[in-house]
Amino acid sequence: MATLETVDLGSASQIRRESLTVRQLVWRRFRRHKMAMAGAVMLCLLILYSFGGALFFTEEYANHTDTSLRLQPPSREHPFGTDTVGRDILARTIYGGQISLLIGLSAVVISIVVGVLVGALSGYYGGLTDSLLMRFTEAMFTIPQLFLLLVMAKFLAGKVPTIQLLGRSFSGSVVVIIGIIGITSWMYLARIVRADILSLKEREFIVAAHTIGTRNGAIIIRHILPNAMAPIIVAATLGVAAAILSEAYISFLGLGVQPPTATWGNMLEGAYNYIDSAPWLWIFPGSLIVLTVLSINFLGDGLRDALDPTTIT
Amino acid sequence: MTRYIIRRLLQAIPLLFFISLILFMLMRASGDPVSTMGGRRQMRPEDRERLARQLGLDKPIIIQYVYWLIGNDWTKVDLDGDGVAETPGTRKGVLRGELGKSLVKRGQEAWDIIWERLPNTLLLMIPAEIVIVVFSLAIGIFSALRQYTLADHAITALSFIGYSMPIFFVALVSMYIFAVKFKEWGLPYLPTVGMFDPKVGKTRSQVALHMILPIVSITVISVAGYSRYVRSQMLETIGLDYIRTARAKGLTERSIIFLHALKNAALPLVTIIGLDLPLLLSGALVTERIFAWPGMGRLFLDHVSRGDVPVVMGILMLISIAVVVFQLLTDIVYAWLDPRIRYE
Repeated sequence: MATLETVDLGSASQIRRESLTVRQLVWRRFRRHKMAMAGAVMLCLLILYSFGGALFFTEEYANHTDTSLRLQPPSREHPFGTDTVGRDILARTIYGGQISLLIGLSAVVISIVVGVLVGALSGYYGGLTDSLLMRFTEAMFTIPQLFLLLVMAKFLAGKVPTIQLLGRSFSGSVVVIIGIIGITSWMYLARIVRADILSLKEREFIVAAHTIGTRNGAIIIRHILPNAMAPIIVAATLGVAAAILSEAYISFLGLGVQPPTATWGNMLEGAYNYIDSAPWLWIFPGSLIVLTVLSINFLGDGLRDALDPTTIT
Repeated sequence: MTRYIIRRLLQAIPLLFFISLILFMLMRASGDPVSTMGGRRQMRPEDRERLARQLGLDKPIIIQYVYWLIGNDWTKVDLDGDGVAETPGTRKGVLRGELGKSLVKRGQEAWDIIWERLPNTLLLMIPAEIVIVVFSLAIGIFSALRQYTLADHAITALSFIGYSMPIFFVALVSMYIFAVKFKEWGLPYLPTVGMFDPKVGKTRSQVALHMILPIVSITVISVAGYSRYVRSQMLETIGLDYIRTARAKGLTERSIIFLHALKNAALPLVTIIGLDLPLLLSGALVTERIFAWPGMGRLFLDHVSRGDVPVVMGILMLISIAVVVFQLLTDIVYAWLDPRIRYE
């Protein structure tokens, strides 16, 4: 690719350009997108913060309460101050970040699986399947997501026990939140996938696949979905940001992840009661949420431009 | 067009039934509203049973849904627990305009409780919607006309940040600056709690003053998103042939932008604003909680945690109907504004 820049003749670069794979083309376009690169770097730093920070503090320390040290302003000992029961906010933002990022990613995995499944079935089979699934999608769209999330969080509260995984215990509420965010955020993706499949399934290569007797499942997975990848990747990236925000909203309202497990969202719960006396309670976790969502949005924007086959490079 | 509207309305009916069934099952299965009724006292099991029977909570959920929907005055219920249904039911059901009595505020009609809070929520939502439209248009046009200048880049950066902020963060930051810091600096500061200062009373100026911060919190995110949208629409429209024609005819720049370009550029904004209602309602939920605003959102939060089915279902159905109606209105207004669109 380095040689490409030095070749200045149109015809010569034309020949070189054909030798680039799709992946190289996308990477090149992405690299030129300054905001997207900034977002990617910022996101890496945030991941480093939440996972690297765990080397300096233990989770016991993050969950350790000491009411004699409650609401301490930032100091050398506690750089971000302490919260209402004397826990160190710096350590909690580190462990909270892990949970918030984990929730964002896993919720998106669920929403992609459901969204792609519904969209693919609906677009490929059409007819009754399509109209039933699309009515269902519409019903899910009609109830504002936050209201639905709260009703579901109430429904599942306390029904999932604490889970031990990789030597750490995850409060059952983490699993509940991942699940409900996942199953309330797939509708948009389902519509995109459906629309894409509707236009793809009339194309010659799909007809050809039919004529040689390929089964429907194989056609969807092997031939259609790879061609619909671009919008799925973009929607998934932006979905992570939306899921982190959703988690923050429900946890902020007190129905999300239950303490002592920290998330950036539940650290903010009740912080408005200390708006004038302890601003460090919400400034640090709140800013981390904004930074994460901002960098993911930048990243998604860059990916959208880079993956768009109609843009000229 | 009339046929289209009728068809859409008919389609909405099964949709709303479906939504109500799912929500009702989720709500009813999510906890026992009787458990918190005794206050701090431990309730005797027989009292608990009797209460559940009186409230009809002992029936299978699907029967409860039917009673909720069409009432139970056509049948008899068993109140004394002897297994014989002898007392005629009194409930009329949602379809006949009765949401039932609240389980938390005993004896009060759920509808009355919601009705009391609804105007307060509308008092936030309507001005918020106006602010969103005016500011997104103003900022969007401003930055489109100054494409790639410093101001445009600054607005782009700010709108990206604004768009990435959760509502509660906007609320906390604006509270901190305009209430806490302004008070510290001896400037006139804004109130943060409730609808009015109890010492002054519920006067118009008091309510208006208390509305400022909640409305800022609800609108920032939408304004950030839509101003970007207006900007790109405006840039696209300005590049069209008819604008060049208008320029060639020697029209003033002002009339080109505000009369000719804006009409077409603002058109798609109608759709997003109409479809934005769910987002705005969710925003109101968070905002009302933070600013202790006595609206429907806070009512929902208070009653959902205590399993008050009639009130919560009432709010949810009201919202769902509003969303469906707004979707339809958006389509109609859009077709009316843009004669190229025809529904059949």
